[in-house]
Amino acid sequence: MSTIAFAGAIELGLVYAFVGLAVFLAFRVLDFPDLTVDGSFPLGAGVAAVAITAGIDPWGATVMAAAAGACAGLVTATLNQRFGILHLLASILTMIALFSVSLRVMGRPNVAILTQATMLTPFYGHGLRDYLVRPLFLAVLVAITVAVLARFLVSDFGLAMRATGANPKMARAQGISTRSQIYTGMALSNALVGIAGALFAQTNGFADVTTGVGTIVVGLAAVIIGETLFRFGGILVALIGCVVGSIAYRIAIQLALSADFLGLQPSDLNLVTAVLVALALILPRLRGVGLRT
Amino acid sequence: MIRVAELTVTFGRRTPLEKQALAGIDLAVESGEFVSVIGSNGAGKSTLLSAIAGDVPVTGGRIVIDGIDVTGQSTPERSARVARVFQDPLAGSCGTLTIEENLALAVARGHRRGLARALSHERRTLFRERVAELGLGLEGRLHDRMALLSGGQRQSLALLMATLAKSSVLLLDEHTAALDPGMAEFVLDLTRRTVAEHRLTTLMVTHSMRQALDLGTRTIMLHEGRLVLDVKGEERAGLTVGALVAMFRRQRGQTLDDDALLID
Repeated sequence: MSTIAFAGAIELGLVYAFVGLAVFLAFRVLDFPDLTVDGSFPLGAGVAAVAITAGIDPWGATVMAAAAGACAGLVTATLNQRFGILHLLASILTMIALFSVSLRVMGRPNVAILTQATMLTPFYGHGLRDYLVRPLFLAVLVAITVAVLARFLVSDFGLAMRATGANPKMARAQGISTRSQIYTGMALSNALVGIAGALFAQTNGFADVTTGVGTIVVGLAAVIIGETLFRFGGILVALIGCVVGSIAYRIAIQLALSADFLGLQPSDLNLVTAVLVALALILPRLRGVGLRT
Repeated sequence: MIRVAELTVTFGRRTPLEKQALAGIDLAVESGEFVSVIGSNGAGKSTLLSAIAGDVPVTGGRIVIDGIDVTGQSTPERSARVARVFQDPLAGSCGTLTIEENLALAVARGHRRGLARALSHERRTLFRERVAELGLGLEGRLHDRMALLSGGQRQSLALLMATLAKSSVLLLDEHTAALDPGMAEFVLDLTRRTVAEHRLTTLMVTHSMRQALDLGTRTIMLHEGRLVLDVKGEERAGLTVGALVAMFRRQRGQTLDDDALLID
């Protein structure tokens, strides 16, 4: 694997680290299996790409992408909490709907922003190669996000959110409105996915409505690999695990695809992903230790 | 102070499985009173507690706590006034959170939950002191996950959590039923001390006639969703377990098949 390919793997891993953190929030903190992310990822990418093309500041465009993702999360939460639709089904409905919404937002399946100024533009051309600027920039963003999230989850409000997922009956008895916690958590989770989409668009130079397929699996892979690597520790360690898991996943994929003796080709990506996630799930069991939930 | 008026709860209304769990309960519990609630299976004891806590929607009647009509309020809305300990030791706390995190959840009951650190220095000091008072040696294990503790330890902490934030009503739903005899005795003793110290208006559901007479200041008996017995003061002081069962028979005018269950 070349240096550029390696840097590229880390770059993609850092973009999807936001998805990993989002999936951790929904699946682990709230115990809400949320597939909305497959829709909110291209939505975030599309909103950011269109906004940037329209001349809006790329930071502003990214905030708009986060807001769009949050709205998507709120739709799923409303279907589930207000109308009693099973969480998994509610999220699938939103995900399906978002495919059309993203197409409407972009007006076409693919929007290129290769020539536009992005969040990264000011950092290019200061002596560092572009393929190194991108992962460094992303690493700073991810670090800030992890720090803020970790601080949030040890606050009174964040603790209430964790209780909502861990024991909703107890949470309600302690005066926690589990309903508003789920609304907030789902909005936050999908806002993170929206940001991931926006960053994907800006680092790759395009937004495409099909990029959402399998986002949830990649996010889950990050969470599960993270849990396998960091099996003990508090909430900060768990969040760092999601980031490391996301990067490890990308490197493993890159290694598998570039190892000539395996004879794999890029179209085998989904198979390799499935095998990797299955391995991450099976290995801790073989060691006789259950996964942290 | 609790006022329950003409309270009815019907499960599965207008279905073949319709079941009237509470068939018009009138009950007034004064501040500081400790009421033990007995009755056979399906008598409506737990339903009464759940209705007061807000977990079970009422079909008719009113529930007033401290002069405020809470009939239409959700469980979280009532929680500032009502503390609970469940029968299942796993139900009252979060196993995946640490002891101190669980305590932090409980100390914020009835308060707005903001973005301040849940585990401030002051709170940690408070938790260590209060947990040490239990005498279980758990004050050195505040960083441990709740899931590592035994049922009795969790139930003792649940009682402590019920008193960390101010409340006026304490609801205990067979909170010692899942514990071994030794631990049950410890938790009952802790209950006695806790209720006396915090002067809580308490409702305690129990299956044991002995417990019902030993603890508290008043005993009520439910049968098929109705209040069939209500004793306190000297009348209650003179009661034996045998007399209580006999009284129950007289009230219902029938012989129970499960007498054995009612006697300790």
